[in-house]
Amino acid sequence: MAIRRLFIANRGEIAVRIIQTCRMLGIETVLGVSEADRDGLGAALATRVVRIGPAPATQSYLRIGTMVEAALRTGADAIHPGYGFLSENPAFARACEENGIVFVGPTAAQIAAVGDKLAARRHAEAAGVPVVPGGAVASPGEAEALARRVGFPLLVKAVAGGGGRGMKRVADMASLGAMLDRAMAEAGAAFGDARVYLERFVASGRHVEAQIMGDGARVIHLGERDCSVQRRYQKVIEEAPAPNLSDALRHALLEAALRFARHIGYRGLGTVEFLVDSARDAFYFLEMNARIQVEHPVTEAITGLDLVAAQIAIAEGRGLPVDQRDVAFRGHAIECRVNAESIDRDFQPSPGVARTVWFPSGLDIRVDTHMQSGSRVPPFYDSMIAKIITRGETREAAIARMRHAIDAARIEGIDTNLALHARVLAHPDFQRGGVDTGFLAALLEPGEATRDGAREG
Amino acid sequence: MGAKLTLEDVRAILALLDASTFDELHIETDDLKLSLSRNGAPAASAALVPAPVPAASPAPRPAAPAPAAPADTSDLVDIPAPMLGLFYRAPKPGAEPYVTVGATIAPDTVIGIIEVMKLMNSVPAGLAGEVVAIVAQDATLVEYGQPILRVRPH
Repeated sequence: MAIRRLFIANRGEIAVRIIQTCRMLGIETVLGVSEADRDGLGAALATRVVRIGPAPATQSYLRIGTMVEAALRTGADAIHPGYGFLSENPAFARACEENGIVFVGPTAAQIAAVGDKLAARRHAEAAGVPVVPGGAVASPGEAEALARRVGFPLLVKAVAGGGGRGMKRVADMASLGAMLDRAMAEAGAAFGDARVYLERFVASGRHVEAQIMGDGARVIHLGERDCSVQRRYQKVIEEAPAPNLSDALRHALLEAALRFARHIGYRGLGTVEFLVDSARDAFYFLEMNARIQVEHPVTEAITGLDLVAAQIAIAEGRGLPVDQRDVAFRGHAIECRVNAESIDRDFQPSPGVARTVWFPSGLDIRVDTHMQSGSRVPPFYDSMIAKIITRGETREAAIARMRHAIDAARIEGIDTNLALHARVLAHPDFQRGGVDTGFLAALLEPGEATRDGAREG
Repeated sequence: MGAKLTLEDVRAILALLDASTFDELHIETDDLKLSLSRNGAPAASAALVPAPVPAASPAPRPAAPAPAAPADTSDLVDIPAPMLGLFYRAPKPGAEPYVTVGATIAPDTVIGIIEVMKLMNSVPAGLAGEVVAIVAQDATLVEYGQPILRVRPH
């Protein structure tokens, strides 16, 4: 079924990004906006705008009923959930299915299958994909037995957690019992699901993820991305391809991602995340994200594919827009996430009015943003205000272009993390390529390195 | 919100600005935009600019009732929709509407229902007054904040 009018259940840069592809495809867009986003760029660019509720996300962007009602009443045939908010909520996908609206994404069952960390782990094992040694535990006795096999230090993780939330590091057997109790109590309170599992703590790891897409019958990959430059489990810089990865490991990792996606008959765009143990030249499955990722532009930059258009083609039932043999990789791409935050004040968010917003443009410089001079950064949502993406024939060229872009960008009126990007890009370890997830913490505060050694998200 | 600005209001706002350490004051609500500044800043005198109809809300709106003489409308207040959904004036098709023009309402008077995904939410008036106009059309989509009723408050 051809989508003629698409409802966008999101905001910020991704709403603007989706509108751009829809314009190109001749699809009308309806953007649901909260009270805080009425004057935003997305609202100015969409074919139609509806006010869905007050500023807080729980009363607007997270309301399933409101979103579906708004889509139905504005004559939309499909809903694009973007990332975050309702994008990985199986109940939302199901509500769309039940109301005859095409959900641009996987089935509700697939979202549920990968959203439950334990279920995802089981699928990975069944698909022959390596997982970090560990498993589910229901009692202190079970935990003790498993911990003996896995070894210390280890992590206690909430089944319903993710992105670093609901995770505890345990140093030795003596502290296991107490940590387990605390983790289960906290998981119950935070996620309404007290189940936890244990995993070996991998001290030095890189975050490498495979971009895959499937149409329910076939699955192909679009290469990998390295997202190891993170702060508190939040990605800061991403790049593609992953630098200094052996061809054998890269190949094995991409094949594992395909096996996982095929195992669940995946339909849509998705990302399979891995922890790469550089010392052992091994990798482990972390989780799968059943949506478009923030960092998708680096993959677009080196493949020349429009991933939002691909999502729409799959949702329309037209199958994969390309075959694996048609996917070619050219050059290297980097993305810097520009956040409204004060890096000198412990990364406090910096909402307010950005008097001046200017980004350079040019050959192989792309900026995805919803900001313009005078734009307001509301205090209610994520602090990411722009993504700068540069490409080059070589990694060095991509970095050089990014350093120029970061230096040239002008954002006044609010604080941003541009200076942090400049610092990372100038660092010899980053320039050499292949830093692990502890790199940024060590750079910011040398004492933090060990604590933030293993991440996901 | 919704109420028209009176000369007294403007004087009060000017006094506020005068007493403050600020050089400029901007107020923006659904239907007005007020910019004040002093000391030779761009808008030297108080400029009362009606806000343009926001392009951001092209929902099907019934034509607003022709405004009566300005003096009569200055005390009118619009009751906004508390949520997005399908607005119904009556409990079921064919039934008597909850309120009609001329009716007297109290804060807890139900003025309509808004359906969101088969869930019926009754909408209380939130204020006491006399209904001057039914602004939202029956069985149509109302957006969050869109006026439903126009009321002369008591």
